[in-house]
Amino acid sequence: MKRFSISPPVAALILAVVLFLLSGLLPNGYGGDIDVAIAQATNITRLAVFLGVIAAGQTLVIISGYEGIDLSSGSVVTLTAILTYVIVNGNDNKVLLALLVSLLVGMFIGWLNGIGITYLKISPFVMTLGMAGVVTGTIIVINHGNVSGKISPIMTQIIARPLVGKIPGAIIIWVFFGLLMWLLLERTTFGKNLFAIGVNRVTAKLSGINVNLTNIATYSLAGALAGFGGFLLVGNTGVVLINLGQPFLFPSIAAVAVGGTLLSGGKGSYWGTMAGAIVLTLITSLLTTMQMPESVRRMVLGATLLILISIYGRQRGFRQ
Amino acid sequence: MKKISWSILTARFPALFPLILLIIIIIINAGLQPNLFSQEILNQNMRVFLPLILLAVGQTFVMLGGGIDISVGGIVSIINTILATQVGLDGSPEKMWLFVFVSIIAGLLAGAVNGFFVAFLRLQPIITTYATGFLFGGLALFILPNPGGGIPREISEFYRNTTPLGIPLAFYVIAIILIIWWYLSSSKYGRNLFAVGGNAEAAYQTAVPVTWVLFSTYVISGLLAAFAGIAITMLSGSGNAEIGPPMTLTAITAVVIGGVALSGGVGGVAGPVMGAITLGLINNIVSFASINTWWETLVKATIIVIALATPGLINLFRRRRI
Repeated sequence: MKRFSISPPVAALILAVVLFLLSGLLPNGYGGDIDVAIAQATNITRLAVFLGVIAAGQTLVIISGYEGIDLSSGSVVTLTAILTYVIVNGNDNKVLLALLVSLLVGMFIGWLNGIGITYLKISPFVMTLGMAGVVTGTIIVINHGNVSGKISPIMTQIIARPLVGKIPGAIIIWVFFGLLMWLLLERTTFGKNLFAIGVNRVTAKLSGINVNLTNIATYSLAGALAGFGGFLLVGNTGVVLINLGQPFLFPSIAAVAVGGTLLSGGKGSYWGTMAGAIVLTLITSLLTTMQMPESVRRMVLGATLLILISIYGRQRGFRQ
Repeated sequence: MKKISWSILTARFPALFPLILLIIIIIINAGLQPNLFSQEILNQNMRVFLPLILLAVGQTFVMLGGGIDISVGGIVSIINTILATQVGLDGSPEKMWLFVFVSIIAGLLAGAVNGFFVAFLRLQPIITTYATGFLFGGLALFILPNPGGGIPREISEFYRNTTPLGIPLAFYVIAIILIIWWYLSSSKYGRNLFAVGGNAEAAYQTAVPVTWVLFSTYVISGLLAAFAGIAITMLSGSGNAEIGPPMTLTAITAVVIGGVALSGGVGGVAGPVMGAITLGLINNIVSFASINTWWETLVKATIIVIALATPGLINLFRRRRI
């Protein structure tokens, strides 16, 4: 018997749409004004892009299984955001260089994570947690309280402003990004190996997959994607803060879980994570719109998450 | 005689590596701070470490059962705000003890909420306790939106300066914990706990009450988080809803340094206690080594990563040699 009739990504997306439609009934919602509604929906989706991109790496490491998780992504985002900010310094010509540096720095940190997890057998949770501390420490050292830099006009133009018609560039980037992630997961050998090592590493190894290499590649790639997230994020905010990326860390894990990717690994999709990112961003911005005090906002967010994962995050029960 | 290898030693005595690490850290710390063992300094250190030690012990139970509890910081905050708002700076000691009792009940309840979702509804621990952590943290902020309130001065003085027979209070607490653990680990409950953490499916098939064992670990974690909340409130004497969450990940690090596997089923309580003390002493070392303030976080984090990596490095080199 099939347990779920609709797949988690679709369920999450339906939930997002329903929530959004209901939000129109709020006192300070969009009411019946279609233009305002579309503008609001676009804006929420645009905000979801950053969480969505940061959660992409998280999706990969979680699929890789064996408690795979990346707690360093938040600090990597901050680090590459600061690097981008400093390197670009208002100069359009330096944008590609900054992007490259962001990806490489992220990849290097992810590679270190992968080495520690694969060869030193440190559990991913603590390895990446420790790495988060090291990266934060590095940020403090290079930052020294303040950095001087500036993002360039072309970054604002592409990331923050409408690019085609009224659609912001960030959303277009995200759609392409989503397609690439889908290709990576479903149409490449790496993707197949990734799901295989997530299900069972012994059988994966016996069927000729280089488990260690795949695992290290996964963490490196996750680091690079977090680095890309930092690059995008600073393009949107235009300023850097010492804890710019940290607030995205646990939401990125929640987005993966809400999107129906099993936290135990071996099963999942990036579409789900995208839907999860939209749902979470939507709930957060609705709670802000409703002008709830911080305490109520946290409680509602916690309760909503619990309900969402209770619906389809349940593990199989024990059987005789 | 069979040659005893490092990996067998560490598997048999999970507290061995944390003990070696602790001794190294104590030696370094004593070098930088020669009066480390004076009664006053010892007490000053131990009363600060105690809340983290208690949290780490609670976390150990959850992790031995194969789970993780990242809501403990939220529970600490709830307890802190309850005590700070309900007892007040001019409250009577009787009132304090009444609300200590209330706090313990609150901790048990919070743990039971986690246990219900993880053990009975079979949700994934990390995301569940993240969500309940938000619930608890929000509740604490609801009880006390702005830092303030507090507990009577004489109670925090009692916590800070009680040293029966010249030994800090924290050592008595640790002794009690170790005695209880020594009893528990060889009891039926202890064996069930290790069985569930090692392989829940197999444990279920051999008639171990897996669901109840899992549930109990979260309740124990909630209880110890409540104790940690009481201890940190007595230490600081004041209320702040944001006091708990930063402790969560530190406690988990302490447990892992203490030789408990995140996958469950391996470890004990003595290791995490030493892990928590080690982390506290690393803070001491960094502040006494007169390191430039900008470098403190990096140095601390690097020491922790090295500590985490060392057992793996030793195993790696030993395997290469064979």
